[in-house]
Amino acid sequence: MIEIKNITKSFNDRMVLDNVSGVFKKGETSLVIGASGTGKSVLLKCMLDLVRPEAGTTLYDGRDFYIGDEEDKKDIRREMGVLFQGGALFDSKTVHQNIQFPLDMLTEMGDGEKKDRVEFCLQRVGLEGTGKRMPSEISGGMKKRVGIARAIVMNPKYLFCDEPNSGLDPLTSIKIDELIKEITDEFEITTVVITHDMNSVLSIGDKIMFLHKGKKLWEGNSQAIMGDTVPELEEFVFCNKALSLMRAGK
Amino acid sequence: MLSVIGRYLIFLGKLFTRRESLKVYWKRFIDECIGIGVSSVFIVAIVAVFIGAVVCLQTRANLVSPVIPIYVVSNIVRDMTLLELSSTFMCVVLAGKVGSNIAGELGTMKITEQIDALEVMGINSASYLVLPKLLAAVFTFPLLAIISGFLGIFGGYLAGTLSGIITPEDYVYGIRYSFIPFNVFISIIKAFVFGFLISTISAFQGYNTRGGALEVGQASTSAVTNSCIAVLIADYLLAELLT
Repeated sequence: MIEIKNITKSFNDRMVLDNVSGVFKKGETSLVIGASGTGKSVLLKCMLDLVRPEAGTTLYDGRDFYIGDEEDKKDIRREMGVLFQGGALFDSKTVHQNIQFPLDMLTEMGDGEKKDRVEFCLQRVGLEGTGKRMPSEISGGMKKRVGIARAIVMNPKYLFCDEPNSGLDPLTSIKIDELIKEITDEFEITTVVITHDMNSVLSIGDKIMFLHKGKKLWEGNSQAIMGDTVPELEEFVFCNKALSLMRAGK
Repeated sequence: MLSVIGRYLIFLGKLFTRRESLKVYWKRFIDECIGIGVSSVFIVAIVAVFIGAVVCLQTRANLVSPVIPIYVVSNIVRDMTLLELSSTFMCVVLAGKVGSNIAGELGTMKITEQIDALEVMGINSASYLVLPKLLAAVFTFPLLAIISGFLGIFGGYLAGTLSGIITPEDYVYGIRYSFIPFNVFISIIKAFVFGFLISTISAFQGYNTRGGALEVGQASTSAVTNSCIAVLIADYLLAELLT
């Protein structure tokens, strides 16, 4: 479980996150949604301590992530898997080397064991046989799947996905969503997804947190989001033509 | 300016904390030696030969007094090459090649979140990425300075003898005449210091890139100009200290 308490962050006197709190449970896919520029990615970076908030804390199963130096945090970091928006694959390494990288750096596993683990992860994301390719030789959807494989190779307890569907076609987006949901359920991971894709919200969101201008305005599940919420969220959700037609037809 | 220098010094401190295992650094060190050192041999060789040749021709053209013996030409080529050309001039050239490469690579990694990916794994990205480059630069730059020195003197030999302005015997006599071995060490020490400056300044620029492709280009340019300025300032200070 991940708990964020009163996270506050500003950049150059501009408030980006204002007292945001929430709980993300184990085995659930929790979505943080909002329009562009509402602080979703900054919230993720605060949770990962890539950016330190001015106030607030992030607790990983009760462990305060902001206490201690980087050595103290290494144990918690090893339990994290992160899928960045563009995949963030290392350009100079092959697909196989990218996925194996956390094992090389953070474990004492033997070569055979590492190879088996990488092959398992590649198979899990449906990319068997692509290990020798370079990131520049694969498509955007494949990069995201390699990113997911790298994120899960260490058997993480916490999985973070930053806009996993950005730049992807609708069919590939659905496949990525399904993959994230399957992995969350299969491995009982605490998953946090940053997105503004309403398809993802309705298909995989066990819990949804809506941010608006840096504040948490609403929290609920994918059924509740289609009902009466707050005006800002309704405007955000039902600007999607399909959803507004669905609502009108209700 | 002071805050930039302060951040640079803090960045240098980060390189040596929370280091990974020696095995990790060794492989990366070898890769960087190839990328920084081996791949620069060709450009260093070309520049050294031609600069040595030009110095020989220009020196001869300007030594018009008949009382000055002809071997002074190679004497000057030797000392200029060892003291300045094989170290300072070569490193200014390498600031362009190596410096822009380091800044561009790290800047691109920064904007594509590859550095963030390392950080969330608990890896000190600055140490993992930059320390091998630093070590490779301080190891290979002196070797390149030696190659440059040798080829510069050889370039002068070729230009002088092929154009008939000096005989091979006079040229070799001039090279040997009042040779100060310490000048070779000066060249190596300078290359060592310049390698440190170029690699760290370029890495600092690239590592702190924010934005997109435009900013990566700007970081590369800044890396080269700042490295060149640092090399020239260091050259003056080292000249004061060592000569």
